[in-house]
Amino acid sequence: MADRHPLFKPLIFVGGLIFGFGLGFSHMARPEVVLNFLTFEDLGLPFVMFGAAIVSGIAFALLPRIRDAAPLTGAPYERRLKPFDRNVLVGGAVFGVGWGLSGICPGAAYASLGVGNVTILWALGGMFVGAYAQGYWRSRSGARDAAAAGAD
Amino acid sequence: MVADPVLLQAVAELFPSGVSRYAVGGLLVGLGTVVIYVGTGIPAGASTFLESTLSYVSGQSRFRRYVGSRDWRLVFTAGIILGGLAFAATFQSGLVTSPLYEPGTTGTLYEVAGVTLWATDVQPWRLFFGGILVGIGTRIGKGCTSGHGVCGVGSASKTSLVGVATFLAVAIGTAQVVAALGVSP
Repeated sequence: MADRHPLFKPLIFVGGLIFGFGLGFSHMARPEVVLNFLTFEDLGLPFVMFGAAIVSGIAFALLPRIRDAAPLTGAPYERRLKPFDRNVLVGGAVFGVGWGLSGICPGAAYASLGVGNVTILWALGGMFVGAYAQGYWRSRSGARDAAAAGAD
Repeated sequence: MVADPVLLQAVAELFPSGVSRYAVGGLLVGLGTVVIYVGTGIPAGASTFLESTLSYVSGQSRFRRYVGSRDWRLVFTAGIILGGLAFAATFQSGLVTSPLYEPGTTGTLYEVAGVTLWATDVQPWRLFFGGILVGIGTRIGKGCTSGHGVCGVGSASKTSLVGVATFLAVAIGTAQVVAALGVSP
């Protein structure tokens, strides 16, 4: 961690710039546009997520065949595979209620701040409160589980 | 091939803003993800930033696991914010135009130092309470629209496909109910 390649953070920054510019250009950074999609008034929004997924999917499929490891980290090229459990459904449903109520998701909220939407700080504040609440709760229950296991 | 005018009109009604701004924006979001992945091997998602940044101020064990990645996640988010600003300074300000870009009509435009900025009309209580649920749900559900939706779907991950189907279906239901209750914007 300490000896990162000097280009590591600059590259992350450039990737973030392109990512944020795309969220602005697509209008996904505007909650109204997301809400208009969710209420079927403008069905264009899936082109953003699936367009992006296709581009990343090509890279995820090709790179492991071309190179063994990423040049700046030495990390192997792997797909993003996470284990499935009940949390994916519960968390997905809670996220869905929040997204449907507010019209904003985390990446789009950061980009929204960039396009001038100061009002989105309400959503960002809420996201930190929510992330803290679940982290506090899960840290506690994790410690309790460890204590219970240790007592056996 | 003969274009059916009735069919064309039906399609136009489904996509009143066209599809090019969405598709081009999506390709750029994908490109940003790929730039990071090619250099680092990291399939980056946006919502982990919430917990990794909390590790600066909280000692909870749940956040400590992100201490190693919190610096670059801060850089990633700063890039996203400034990328949005770059869009505002160019296309949103009318400095650059393209037939692929269709400006939106919602919200409120205002100007600061020659840059056209935009603010939402969606009510703060919706943003705040929705934001709380987004913060809880994305972290418990192992990802958000970028982590599951872009990187996970791009990886053909079954977990992510189920995650996306879940939050998309619930979000559609929620937005329809909220709209039916007369809450606008």
